[in-house]
Amino acid sequence: MRAFALVLLFASFWPHCLVFAATESGEIQTQESITDRSIAIPEWKDWKRVFLLQDYNTRVVILGTTLLGMAAGMIGSFALLRKRALMGDALSHATLPGIAIAFILATSLGLNGKSLPILLTGAAVSGLLGIGGILLIRNLTRLKEDAALGIVLSVFFGAGIALLGVVQQMQTGHAAGLESFIYGKTASMVASDAWLIGSAGLTCMLISILLYKELTLLCFDEGFAISRGFPVVLLDMTLMGLVVVVTIIGLQAVGLILMISLLVIPPAAARFWTEKMAYMSLVAIVLGALSGMIGSAMSAIFPNLPSGAMIVLVATTMFLFSMVFGIPRGILIRKLRRHQLNSKVDRQHLLRGLYEYLEARGLLHDKQTAESTFVPLSTLLQMRSWSPAKLKKIVKRAQREQLVVALQEDQIRLTRSGLLEAARIVHEHRLWELYLITYADVAASKVDQDADAIEHVLEPEVIAELESLLVRQSTVGVLQSPHAIQIQQENTNPRQSDSRRAN
Amino acid sequence: MNTRESSTSASPSASSPIETPLSVYDLTVAYHRKPVIWDVSFEIPPGKLVGIVGPNGAGKSTLIKAIMGLIPKASGRVQIFGKQYQKNRHRVGYVPQRESVDWDFPVDALDVVTMGLYKEIGWCLPVRKKHRDRAMEALDRVGIADYAHRQISQLSGGQQQRTFLARALVQDADLYLMDEPFAAVDAATEKAIVKILHEMKQAGKTALVIHHDLQTVPEYFDYVILLNMRVIDHGLTADVFTPENLQKTYGGRLTLLEEATETMRRREQSL
Repeated sequence: MRAFALVLLFASFWPHCLVFAATESGEIQTQESITDRSIAIPEWKDWKRVFLLQDYNTRVVILGTTLLGMAAGMIGSFALLRKRALMGDALSHATLPGIAIAFILATSLGLNGKSLPILLTGAAVSGLLGIGGILLIRNLTRLKEDAALGIVLSVFFGAGIALLGVVQQMQTGHAAGLESFIYGKTASMVASDAWLIGSAGLTCMLISILLYKELTLLCFDEGFAISRGFPVVLLDMTLMGLVVVVTIIGLQAVGLILMISLLVIPPAAARFWTEKMAYMSLVAIVLGALSGMIGSAMSAIFPNLPSGAMIVLVATTMFLFSMVFGIPRGILIRKLRRHQLNSKVDRQHLLRGLYEYLEARGLLHDKQTAESTFVPLSTLLQMRSWSPAKLKKIVKRAQREQLVVALQEDQIRLTRSGLLEAARIVHEHRLWELYLITYADVAASKVDQDADAIEHVLEPEVIAELESLLVRQSTVGVLQSPHAIQIQQENTNPRQSDSRRAN
Repeated sequence: MNTRESSTSASPSASSPIETPLSVYDLTVAYHRKPVIWDVSFEIPPGKLVGIVGPNGAGKSTLIKAIMGLIPKASGRVQIFGKQYQKNRHRVGYVPQRESVDWDFPVDALDVVTMGLYKEIGWCLPVRKKHRDRAMEALDRVGIADYAHRQISQLSGGQQQRTFLARALVQDADLYLMDEPFAAVDAATEKAIVKILHEMKQAGKTALVIHHDLQTVPEYFDYVILLNMRVIDHGLTADVFTPENLQKTYGGRLTLLEEATETMRRREQSL
């Protein structure tokens, strides 16, 4: 443990040593490479420049990435629901060789190799080839899609890295800047790039809004869509095409390694907030826009931080928040619901216990006696596997809901509303028991536990069904228990043991 | 009844009662060269409730999917009201198996039912109030209007099945193909589906239903197709639904054919 700490300490000093050494030698080389991650603390005027959108370039770049985020959120929602999200990842990795080849071709033809449209065209071509490769592997061999994805993704990416090495060696033009497609770098974006990205993103969004219901149907039930005569293959290709376009235009800002995050994280986060497709897309658009906007602004302030990383971090922060606090699907609200169900079950058990105690002593004939009889907690403890502390908690909660009244620490009685509620619960419990005995061949001795597992979640529709199925006599009263109930008879009067019919 | 969709073509069964809703000729479907259904031919008369019965793996779902072109046919021909399926698609309503979709999808029951109207609404146009009203009517017909705004995973299995049925109903088709609508549903749903089937029959519509529960076949269906890779027999329930036929359907598989094709398939894969 101590050794580990020492190593850590040394490691953390290591960069400083280098800096000192460099300062002493008086030569600090500012190397433009993807490994150079020195971060300058921005000055006040930098913050102001970015947040007040003072200069034109920042303004356009932030607008561009915002639109990109919106488009990615919208298209990503469909891709996620169509379970095609990973396809986007393979696609973005497969664009790298295309970028390098486009650069090589363009420079050897005497064109500007760094012009964004040229590079993105190359990216699109090799991305589509990658998808073609996946489909080919999947259809011609017996490999599954995940294997095909893994193969294509790594092979294309590897080829791309090798080609970038070739580009570095070229005499014609230095390739500095091509790496920004790997990690994303808004700093290298000029206004015309941003316009291209923004307008392409907007177009994608418009197309998906126009095809909104058709794409939803495709994602939900492909078979039904075919049966109704929708050109499913064409729709599928359109969706894939939209994913391709969004991925390609996101390469410069987000980078090809992290582009998938902008397609997946905002929709996945949005899913925690809603059960409606339209709202999901809307929330995904907003989250995507925020990720793009804040991420690229951060990158503008810290020029050496890759914007891709910033965008992912912003998106992930929102995802984590949604995952925990999202309503109705977040973790917290589900835990809360679980807890509420548990306390409802406990409350019902308490009321049923009280009711059965009174019933066993024949005290239910008269409402007055039923409501004025105090039941010792020790008896209830023996009926359920509760710890005394837990029972106390349950009783306290029931008291707050005015279902029971406690006399002293260890004596409670039902209130009027508590008695009504208890009668209803016992009735439902016995209905279900009777059903299990009659129709599911559950032994009478075991039926209590089996009914217990289900009765708390019965819907009114099911209860009505049970009533009509089982209760042929008048349904005014509470059903009799189909099995013997064991209640400690420590201080009971034996005369009541045979009169157990309620009301 | 409105016939918005079919108004362009010859009007439905009312005007030409002799039209055969569905004829299948020599239909063979194979997965990886292994026949699933083999030389299936039958015709079903109009205005009848038709049950398809057969053991697991007999190709019942495959038959329905092949009729609608959801899976490719190896050979054979299908006609819907005397025309190719593609031409009379609007007269066919499809109720897929419940398991065929992801019920965690972010839509509610009403949304699913409106999907039955998407074709009619047209490309690029939004769902309007009149469409939602019609979808609501359909949900009411199957008895789950109260659950219209529930997310579909919150519905019980039976309610999900009824949602699918309602989605086919809004379309107001003349021939309904249903893939095991009675599978694992509650009593209320079973009753609701039977009621709808009878309403369909009253309106002169035809329904082809894959069914598992042999006991209820005579009660629910006028006409039966016994299927086990090939058609064992088909005709009026009273004539066809006999112990001998059932023995033939459920008793023996075409084991030799299966074995031979299996060998063929294996040999081909090893090449």
